[in-house]
Amino acid sequence: MTGLNRTVLGWLALASAGFLLLPWYAIEDGFWRFGWLLDGWPLDPDYAPAIMLLLQGEKPWLWPVAGFLLLPLVALGRPRTAPLAQGVLLAAGGLGVAYILGQGFAIGIPGWTFASLEAAFGPLGDRQFGMGYGALLTATGLFFLFTLGCAARGAVNGDGFVVGSIGLIVMVVALFIFFPVARILVSALQTNEGALSLTVFLDKLLVGKIWGLDCVYSHRACGVAWNSFALAVAVGAGTTLLGLAFALVVTRTGFPAKRLFRGLTVLPIITPPFVIGLALILLFGQSGAVTSLLEWAFGIPASRWLYGFTGVWLAQMLAFTPIAFLVLIGVVEGVSPSVEEAAQTLRADAWTTLRTVSLPLMRPGLANAFLLGFIESMADFGNPMVLGGNFSVLSTEIFFAIVGAQYDQGRAAVLALVLLFFTLLAFWAQRRWLGRRSYTSVTGKGDAGVPVALPRRFSGLLFAVTVPWALMTAVIYSTILFGGFVNLWGLDHTLTLRHYVDAFGVTVGDHGLVWSGGAWNSFFTTIAISTISAPLTAAIGLLTAYLLVRQRFLGKQAFEFGTMLSFAIPGTVIGVSYVLAFNVPPLELTGTGIILVISFIFRNMPVGVRAGVAAMSQLDSSLDEASLTLGANSWQTIRRVVLPLLRPAILAALVYSFVRAMTAISAVIFLVSAEYDMATAYILGRVENNDYGLSIAYSSVLILVMFAAISVFQLMVGERRLGRRSGPQAGKLDLGGQPA
Amino acid sequence: MSTTFGGRAASVRFDRVTKAFGDFVAVDSVSFEVDAGSLATLLGPSGCGKTTTLRMIAGLELSTAGRIWIGEHDVTGLPATRRDVSMVFQSYALFPHMTVMENVAYGFTVSGTPKAEARERAEQGLALVGLKGFGARLPSELSGGQQQRVAVARALVLEPEVLLFDEPLSNLDAKLRRRVREEIRDIQRSLGLTVVYVTHDQEEALAVSDKVIVMRNAAIAQEGTPRELYEQPADRFVADFIGDANLVEAEIRSVDGDLARVSIGGVEVRVPGRGLPVGRVLAAIRPEAVLLEGQGGGGLAGTVRKAAYLGKHLEYTVDSPVGELFVIDRRIDDPRPAGAGVAIRFGDRIALVPDAD
Repeated sequence: MTGLNRTVLGWLALASAGFLLLPWYAIEDGFWRFGWLLDGWPLDPDYAPAIMLLLQGEKPWLWPVAGFLLLPLVALGRPRTAPLAQGVLLAAGGLGVAYILGQGFAIGIPGWTFASLEAAFGPLGDRQFGMGYGALLTATGLFFLFTLGCAARGAVNGDGFVVGSIGLIVMVVALFIFFPVARILVSALQTNEGALSLTVFLDKLLVGKIWGLDCVYSHRACGVAWNSFALAVAVGAGTTLLGLAFALVVTRTGFPAKRLFRGLTVLPIITPPFVIGLALILLFGQSGAVTSLLEWAFGIPASRWLYGFTGVWLAQMLAFTPIAFLVLIGVVEGVSPSVEEAAQTLRADAWTTLRTVSLPLMRPGLANAFLLGFIESMADFGNPMVLGGNFSVLSTEIFFAIVGAQYDQGRAAVLALVLLFFTLLAFWAQRRWLGRRSYTSVTGKGDAGVPVALPRRFSGLLFAVTVPWALMTAVIYSTILFGGFVNLWGLDHTLTLRHYVDAFGVTVGDHGLVWSGGAWNSFFTTIAISTISAPLTAAIGLLTAYLLVRQRFLGKQAFEFGTMLSFAIPGTVIGVSYVLAFNVPPLELTGTGIILVISFIFRNMPVGVRAGVAAMSQLDSSLDEASLTLGANSWQTIRRVVLPLLRPAILAALVYSFVRAMTAISAVIFLVSAEYDMATAYILGRVENNDYGLSIAYSSVLILVMFAAISVFQLMVGERRLGRRSGPQAGKLDLGGQPA
Repeated sequence: MSTTFGGRAASVRFDRVTKAFGDFVAVDSVSFEVDAGSLATLLGPSGCGKTTTLRMIAGLELSTAGRIWIGEHDVTGLPATRRDVSMVFQSYALFPHMTVMENVAYGFTVSGTPKAEARERAEQGLALVGLKGFGARLPSELSGGQQQRVAVARALVLEPEVLLFDEPLSNLDAKLRRRVREEIRDIQRSLGLTVVYVTHDQEEALAVSDKVIVMRNAAIAQEGTPRELYEQPADRFVADFIGDANLVEAEIRSVDGDLARVSIGGVEVRVPGRGLPVGRVLAAIRPEAVLLEGQGGGGLAGTVRKAAYLGKHLEYTVDSPVGELFVIDRRIDDPRPAGAGVAIRFGDRIALVPDAD
């Protein structure tokens, strides 16, 4: 079988190139800088490939890697069924990757990383830094030799591409989700000297600042865990009720502005969450517009009521109600009208039908919406940051623990664990208890029934709730758009372009255009990082979806759970964990743009997976099978059959991961650096300096950019739908359930 | 125009093949052989394992145990891509984003055949199924029958060693069904293809097959030519499934060479004995082998319970001492109303079935 030989040779060549040609260690200047090519490579130890280092007598622990690269040569020329060839591939690939990772973790900047190793082998007169191109390529090549070996042994019908894909995803998820989270756990258990200690962990965990209940019986504040929990319950309940009201108005009444209401659902997608909080300050803050109005008209003195539980709750309600609405509208539409008609023919009136049939049928959906609101609120970082005042929650506490003066990694880790515990619990409950039922909808079969109209008084109540709320949302967004044009909000309302000039000024200097505005740097970085991460997110998400929908393999359930898990991990936790895991070798990534890209890929991957799963389930699997029986392999099948039919889903995944990368804040705030500053982090920094004008101007620019991106996307998908009848529907993306 | 399709037909052999999905055994130690250049049908009720068997020939499922041979080659471990087998799917599985031509040429495209050659062979294939000139259309612009032919052409042009059909007619209306099945049979015969064909429609199976393999509960119930299955069913299940037989308890009184003297509720008939011993036996009486006469004509006394006029013939349900009988009577000018008493005699289209149950 020449096929196996060719692929083996290909991966082997890649692995060897990493070992023989490219710099083994990370280049200080950055991943995309290639100055080293002319600056001493291949002899300069900073840029030397592994083989050169070894020949110069350095890093002798890299010698075994050469052995792992030579071993696969034995497999060449043998049939893929030969046990020797299979064994050699498995051993060289598996042990090779394990060895590279192992030496990376065992030997760091101070020499041996673990005291036990030093004790066993004696002190090491050498050290090493983060891995670079060479290590990456060699490890990748060896890893795919390993998956080839698995495929040759008959894993997943012996399909090399599928086994390789599964391996790839398992590997990256393990490296960029499980490893960092595990790192938190280790940090939480570590004393300041680095020894593991359970008592220290319990000391840090069981403190009044986290679990205290003082607020119940005194004026002192409660622990942050309870603050977060109470807030999340209040937000979950509030958004569910309000979302249901909106869903009922849109689906079950003759309300004229239905389309407008539906349009509301796009807002949270394109709004960085803390922008709502910012607008609330402009309206209800101490010098806010409404506050001043009330003081002028009724003599009500300005107060700080907004800063604290109430304000955060209000901001989160405004930010997350559309998500509950998005979930519940599907649920309400999923209640088959003929069931309601059946109830009516059995002599139930409108109110009884609603109470005894429709609402009980919606119950799983309501629980789902509640849990989503709960998770969103727990994970939200921006609003508590902007509006919290003395009311602190877990996500902000984590931030201050690691960024503030205290710099206590252990405390941050413990708090992150508590937060992770809450969200995982909710995530688990959601999947366990109603994950499946929540997606029930009307079947493809025609359902000729007409939804029963709501009782009059009830719909009146719904209008009384939803219309003012919608108006409020409108006021908030007008504030955002308008706020950037006034001189000094609350004091001097003369119109000005000052903030836009400050942020986005362009002047003509001696050498052409100068991007003089303060926001350009972060704006360009944001666009670039989002643009790079979007296709990667879409690719890995869709590949995962393909494996989940189309392939059967051992451990698929665990695989699915693992890939969807990052859904439940709050951004704050991801941020902390990346800081803890990736600021030391072997993976030294903090301060680079790569860490931002990686964090976006794994934060947003579930969106791509969902889009792909939804679209792919609509594609008849016999299309793939037809392609296979016609002699195409699975990669050709994906490229020629699956991908072209998934084009709308691909577009959707691309646009949403782009937009989500632009609005993200909670993980980003830990990972930005002077060189790679992101828009949201920059804005939040300005907010903390009370520079509201520039913040709000920048926010509206972001919102407009994203709105434009989404509109263009909608147009493209719309056209495709007209052009081709049978294409799967995409664009109907369920974005609920992604913590900020 | 001369075509070279079908020159490479190969036999298919299953040797104690088992397929299990977790605890569920879909196919249980099945062995059979399909000769090169013949058409075999896998027939059975839904869930009997016939489609899984077909998918194992294609390589879309790999067997859990046993060996599969195509021609001289053991293909047991080979996935679909590496087998020289094409399949026509129940849903046709035409690629909706490709034209008819691109669909038919797909197998050549992915194997890297030069474009001109791929095009020429695809056109030959389309001509063979009578769709010359339809190459530029999209599948959605064709009728169901035309789509079906494109699917056949797409599988055919690769000259597979074995061509598989998975219930290819189930999406067609009754009239078209008869015509398409005849076309499939014609192409198979004229090109000498090895075809394995899955269906749950016994009439379809009888009409097109050289050999029918009847499956039940993951195992083969009986295999043979259509005539063998119809006239010598191995058991109650096959007798019941092939043709609408009335299964009646009977007794072999004596055996005289090939013929047996059988008593059905006291009425004696002489039918082929199939080597069965004297004693209890089941008689599969075809509906047209039950003859109804006016009362007093001798034979069993019965009563017409239901009568229906179907144009070509009359259908009766008759209560009789040996149980309820379903009867087809071609003498449409002599109808018998419900409730009428009749005398029942039996013709010679009766098959004896061992009474194993």
